[in-house]
Amino acid sequence: MLWGGSRMRFHSEDQRVWFERMRDRGWIVPGWPKAYGGGGLSPREQRILEQEMRALGCRTPLYNLGIWMLGPVLLEFGSEEQKREHLPPLARGEVRWCQGFSEPNAGSDLASLRTAAVRDGDHFVVTGQKIWTSNGDEADWMYALVRTDPHAKKQEGISFLLLDMRTPGVTVRPIELISGRSEFCEVFFDSVRVPARNVVGGVNRGWPVAKKLLEHERAAMATFSEGGAPTLDTLATAAPYLAAAGPVWRDRVAAALMDQHAFALTARRLREAAQAREDVAGLAAIMKLVQTEQEAAKYELLQQIMGQRGLSMEDEGVAAQEREVCRLWLQTKSYTIAGGSSEIQLNIIARRVLGLPT
Amino acid sequence: MALLLNEEQRMLRDSAQTFLDTRSPVAALRALRDRRDERGYDPEVWGAIAELGWPACALPEAYGGLGVGYQGLGAVFEQVGRTLAATPLLSTVVLGAGLLTELGSAAQRDLWLPRIAAGEAILALALEETPRHDPTQASLRAERESGGWRLDGAKEFVLDGHVADALLVVARSAGVAGQSHGLSVFMVDPAAPGVRIERTWMVDSRNAARVQLAGVRLGDDALLGAPDLAFDALERVLDRARALAAAELLGVIGEAFERTVRYLKERVQFDAPIGAFQALQHRAARLYVERELLRSCVAAALEAADDASAGDAAALASLAKARASDLSQHALNEAVQMHGGVGVTDALDIGLFLKRGRVLQQAFGDGAYHRERYARLRGF
Repeated sequence: MLWGGSRMRFHSEDQRVWFERMRDRGWIVPGWPKAYGGGGLSPREQRILEQEMRALGCRTPLYNLGIWMLGPVLLEFGSEEQKREHLPPLARGEVRWCQGFSEPNAGSDLASLRTAAVRDGDHFVVTGQKIWTSNGDEADWMYALVRTDPHAKKQEGISFLLLDMRTPGVTVRPIELISGRSEFCEVFFDSVRVPARNVVGGVNRGWPVAKKLLEHERAAMATFSEGGAPTLDTLATAAPYLAAAGPVWRDRVAAALMDQHAFALTARRLREAAQAREDVAGLAAIMKLVQTEQEAAKYELLQQIMGQRGLSMEDEGVAAQEREVCRLWLQTKSYTIAGGSSEIQLNIIARRVLGLPT
Repeated sequence: MALLLNEEQRMLRDSAQTFLDTRSPVAALRALRDRRDERGYDPEVWGAIAELGWPACALPEAYGGLGVGYQGLGAVFEQVGRTLAATPLLSTVVLGAGLLTELGSAAQRDLWLPRIAAGEAILALALEETPRHDPTQASLRAERESGGWRLDGAKEFVLDGHVADALLVVARSAGVAGQSHGLSVFMVDPAAPGVRIERTWMVDSRNAARVQLAGVRLGDDALLGAPDLAFDALERVLDRARALAAAELLGVIGEAFERTVRYLKERVQFDAPIGAFQALQHRAARLYVERELLRSCVAAALEAADDASAGDAAALASLAKARASDLSQHALNEAVQMHGGVGVTDALDIGLFLKRGRVLQQAFGDGAYHRERYARLRGF
């Protein structure tokens, strides 16, 4: 997978050629207007491009939070100046973005965030801490939620701010997880000066921007998982252990495969329904929950089928795949927590889809 | 092909919904039950259904087929599930007409299919002999006799068997129980000497007969297709029945779920609608998720029933039936539980959904059966 930004590294010549050719057509972001570096394709043309790429087994040329999440909200909420400054470099893969939302005391309850941005002339001075910032150590810029009015109701004192990670006072520290070193970082802000023109959607009006962005995040996580993330094949991995494990485990493997089959068919139905312009809000709301829970359940199952062999991440005496399963068992624990925990997804389904009262 | 209904299939679904809501609501099943109706279905409603063309949905066009396929028929079955309508659609149209289409001679098809399309004949499949569904376990004997066959044995769980104009009997003409080779299908007149049919009352207020055959003599023209080789065709027909039973369960589950969500919004305890409590919200949300996953599986199984190139019809039928069976148990238990005390009263319909779901869960194989079959079909 290729991530953009100033630290971009190609893993092969083919990858570089594919990236550059797609970039030169504006097809890193085929749906964005040409004026902002996109391909200017209509929704119909985008679907055709997607279908052709899928049929040919093409990889996504570039992964970038800016593309999936920031771009769409800048197009909707950004000023003309902000769009011209930030979208074309994104479309060329030159800037890698990270997301500064969660804080140590603002996880599922995101609106209780406390990182402060205090006005000082034509700047804001930012002080506080973000956590669970994916690839914060690789990113060039961050879009962050900051508190600009400590006295307002909690959703109403928040602004959506774009900041350069090289600004003095920004410190990034990677977080070690139960599965080892991770992409997650802590980011500390010590009187970081950010130009006031970098507020998107108006001062104290960042919450609607963030909510919209999180909708894009849920949609992106579903497609991301469908096409991208490398993952072990359940049956191929389990097969060598099945005979010795016995019929109970055969039943459990069948159940896991059937769950995955049901999810794949649902992803297909979602695509078809979206293409047919049906209301897919309800269906889309289940995808992150199901995908991440299935992925976590899969490694629970594989590890257990491997028995005692699935219990080390470093023992060279067991097979590489056994170590990998052990690591992924731990890594997938974060999937059902990050990006809106499963419990938050269920809240969303219950309240927005089923209309249950709060 | 697609997992979504086309325009024609949507119209069929909408007209089925309107028809069943007015002519065969849940109250109609309740009335059949309360008067211990001998037939177990309403012939007037069945006649009207035939006029709407449902029995012809998936028939070959030469026999008046509607051309909406199993996906269209599946849309009807989901609506049937929503109102718990008691009709002989599954026994007559899916199993009966299905086996005749797969195995029957031109003469057999010409005799029966037009009558089925017109709603004038009811057929029943006599297959099951063991407590749990397993087509290979059939051991009712079919012995060659001069000029024909002689059948001896017993069948149970014969849906609509006591009202059928003809029984399609799966018999063992070779081999032993457990083998797929050696099965033959015979058309048996319920009035023939040696046939005894006993109506049963199932928990869902529907019927499934016990059939005994003692020295029943049949001509060669009673045999459907070649002797000993019926298994593959039988499985193809059963796979459609599994997919359609899953579609009906989708409707049973869906209606019970929607009634439950309405109840969660209305029922006030501790000064709040109980649907405001997160413990119940999350359970309801989980049911919604599972229902959506099931809908995709049912649609894919029906798509493959119509078009073999769309996917492995057998694996998809097992996928759909396994999930529908398991979810029906979970979702309908939850529907009763979330209704609280009123949920276990006979006055409330929710118990009728629980009962119908439980019978459909076992029909043509439950979750455990189809997980095992799915594993086998996937090669492990």
